[in-house]
Amino acid sequence: MNLYSLTAHELNELFKAKRAKPQEAIDSLNSRIEEVEGKVKAYVRVNHRSQIDVKGVPVTITDNICTENLFTECCSKILEGFKPPYDATVIRKLKDAGTTIFDLKTNMDEFAFGSSTENSCFGPTRNPWNTSCVPGGSSGGSAACVAADEAIWALGSDTGGSIRQPASFCGVVGLKPTYGRVSRYGLIAFASSLDQIGPITKDVEDSALLTNIISGFDPMDSTSANIPVPDYTKSLGIDIKGIKIGIPKEYFVQGLDPEVKILAHEAIAKLKSLGADYKEVSLPHTEYAVPVYYIIATAEASSNLARFDGVQYGFRTKGKIQNLIEMYKETRGEGFGEEAKRRIILGTFALSHGYYDAYYLRALKVRTLIKQDFDKVFKEFDCIVTPTSPTTAFKISEKAEDPLEMYLSDIYTISANLAGIPAISIPCGFTKDNLPVGLQILAKPFAEEKLFTVAHAYEQNAGWYKIKPKL
Amino acid sequence: MSYEVVIGLEVHLQLKTRTKAFCGCSTEFGAEPNSQVCPVCLGFPGSLPVFNLTALDYGIKVALALNCTIQEHTKFDRKNYFYPDLPKAYQISQYDLPLSKNGHIDVELKQGPKRVGITRVHMEEDAGKLIHQDDYSCVDYNRTGIPLLEIVSEPDIRSPEEAYQYLVTLKSIIAYLDVSDCDMEKGSLRCDANISLRPAGQIELGTKTELKNLNSFKAVKDALNFEIMRQTQALDGGVKILQETRLWDEKVQQTISMRTKEGAQDYRYFPEPDLPEIKITQEKINEVKSSLPELPHEKMLRFTKEYGLSVYDAGILVYSKADASYAEECMKAYFSKDKKAVANWFNGALLSEANARNSSLSGLKVAAANLIELIGYVDREEISNLTAKVVLTEMIDTKKTAGTIIKEKSLIQISDTGALDKIARQIIEENPKSVADFKTGKNNALMFLVGQVMRKSGGKANPKVVQEVLKGRLTNA
Repeated sequence: MNLYSLTAHELNELFKAKRAKPQEAIDSLNSRIEEVEGKVKAYVRVNHRSQIDVKGVPVTITDNICTENLFTECCSKILEGFKPPYDATVIRKLKDAGTTIFDLKTNMDEFAFGSSTENSCFGPTRNPWNTSCVPGGSSGGSAACVAADEAIWALGSDTGGSIRQPASFCGVVGLKPTYGRVSRYGLIAFASSLDQIGPITKDVEDSALLTNIISGFDPMDSTSANIPVPDYTKSLGIDIKGIKIGIPKEYFVQGLDPEVKILAHEAIAKLKSLGADYKEVSLPHTEYAVPVYYIIATAEASSNLARFDGVQYGFRTKGKIQNLIEMYKETRGEGFGEEAKRRIILGTFALSHGYYDAYYLRALKVRTLIKQDFDKVFKEFDCIVTPTSPTTAFKISEKAEDPLEMYLSDIYTISANLAGIPAISIPCGFTKDNLPVGLQILAKPFAEEKLFTVAHAYEQNAGWYKIKPKL
Repeated sequence: MSYEVVIGLEVHLQLKTRTKAFCGCSTEFGAEPNSQVCPVCLGFPGSLPVFNLTALDYGIKVALALNCTIQEHTKFDRKNYFYPDLPKAYQISQYDLPLSKNGHIDVELKQGPKRVGITRVHMEEDAGKLIHQDDYSCVDYNRTGIPLLEIVSEPDIRSPEEAYQYLVTLKSIIAYLDVSDCDMEKGSLRCDANISLRPAGQIELGTKTELKNLNSFKAVKDALNFEIMRQTQALDGGVKILQETRLWDEKVQQTISMRTKEGAQDYRYFPEPDLPEIKITQEKINEVKSSLPELPHEKMLRFTKEYGLSVYDAGILVYSKADASYAEECMKAYFSKDKKAVANWFNGALLSEANARNSSLSGLKVAAANLIELIGYVDREEISNLTAKVVLTEMIDTKKTAGTIIKEKSLIQISDTGALDKIARQIIEENPKSVADFKTGKNNALMFLVGQVMRKSGGKANPKVVQEVLKGRLTNA
């Protein structure tokens, strides 16, 4: 038995029974990384190892969550060499819970800008199911290393689908919690009103366990919710008989890969066979989600990323500069990648004098309408089920030159961020090409328990989690 | 041509909360550079602001004292611009839903009271401080994130003198509230001025300039005076005024163009997503309102009513809260119904002592009872005003009571006509020319003779009695 292939709950059992030691788990992961990392490239700075406090189950963290004295560079040249002098609240909670913070951070799209993990200053990560494909993104490194057994479990961040879409592409479980459920303190902001940290795990039980640890009110984050956190593991193994599921018709339209569509319908049929009732519902403002998202997210990003100016930390141009303005221009010009620049420019434009009302303000209004669509459905239904992404993992560089095409990759996941609701992606089968497909389940705010109940019932019955990629 | 001057002032006020607006760092002035900083106020990646609710209370206090309407819903916005003293590259400020709007203060001017409107009072955070060296600059982030209030006046001010008095009044009100040090030298109170000229009678406003780097109330007045001269000359010469920001150069006493409106920045304000909207309930407003002290204007009116003081005298007395309480204590202790004598002391001898010692009036530490005792000696004509001033100085220096000093130095003045008559006779003999002058109707001559008698008596003679005695002798002779 290889410890690296276990889930966190399995590993915990071994530790408790004294049949394995935390250091052995680390050693096992290191040997696995040695073995397959060259093919997957899920981690960054693999040659820079750091001393860590080995206590319990190791957790792997994306490069945009602050870890004290460990590189936290958002896979961007502009944060070159940045080691925060503090831990994010989630890291502190993980340490308090007795886990081990793994010293290597995972690859991601620069500042979480992307859906393929190609926009990284460290180069792309590859999909463990087919290494010529992308793992999805932006938290592609975390999803890939969990799928490839290079990690026991991992954290990622989700602003428009950055946990769920790579989870779907890599055949693992990814949860975006309700906005405010998990503290954002120490998560390097992309879009503050949309960002949430969440778990990427091998099964639903681990997802519930990790959510238990990282959730809760944080006085350091004014947007975190002061609502008690239930024990999510108590939502597992519960009969889903009579649970009401809505199937939004707007998600089963042109652009949805036929194989994905079939697998999603099969999953819905399986849920029905387990006792759930389902009915078609409508989320009429769905078509506006992508444009609204790309205005709000880029507007916030343009402001959040302004602090990377070469003054205090990270990268500063080594070129000859004459004055302050040149220092800013050269530093930011050299430090940011293409997609980061694109989004900063888009966001700056959307907030500019004379355009604010037409873009940003209007986007905020439509955001409210999108949220109201969900409110209406959740009055009658316990959850909504959709495919996580319209396609399976695409080829590396296939969409790299077409940002609009790339943006559509998140068309099913973005709405949950705009509405602030929780959503989980779980594996629901494989295409003929042996690429995993994800099923997304959404619920009303702070109803993560419903997601775990339904996801766990399906997972245990369908058994996809038992199938692993051959590397 | 004759022009009407239109001035509006923007005041930035540092609130003296114990910790900064969005983190737990100390706000104390004068610490080692960059010793009062943390990831939040340094804008480190991943850090988030948490609003200091004491700053909100102080803000509401100031807004209410300036007669503003507190907004039920208020929120923070980001003001985006790049500068090394601004570590996040945006300032957390307020844009379209400020804390409060539509207030006013009443400013006492020589020609009578004037109401100046307050457009808005909003909350924001301070930036750091740049210290420029020869070929590089240093940043001190200790100041970054200290809570500020921006107080914007309506363009109701019509002269540099009015601007000065507005600032004096505003500072007095804020000092009463005890929410800021109001110290321009330490930068806890800062002022920018907007000024434009328009032909007398014209309704439409002229093009304004914004004046910065005004480091004292006097600088505000001087810069405005200079700008009036500059704009008048330009307009008279047919030159258009540019909408621009101008810096006051204290050394050359001139304003110098810093940037024109064409170069103005687009701050791209948008709602701060890291901070939830703030709801201010009526209960909260009532709670703060009930904690407000009596403010200078109210106190001034009460002093005129209760103590029969003139608006002018009362106005000076109420400027500082501590001095006003001290004055009131003295007026209460004063036996006569007419309290004017006390006011005269405060605005006269006591004030000169305070100025000479660079102290406040209450800081002189003369107990109310002791001051009243001293005034009593004057009232009973046992000592002259002149002597009383000397006694006061000694009271402050030695902490002795007036009675002790007067006894020790036997300063009780001579009011005995017999004794004074003797001296008067002598003086009349010695000054025949003055006597002659007096007889030809020159009143000055009498004053001269009184002075001579006073001198001879070693300042102890009661001048009133001296005058009567002299008059009696001169007219009878």
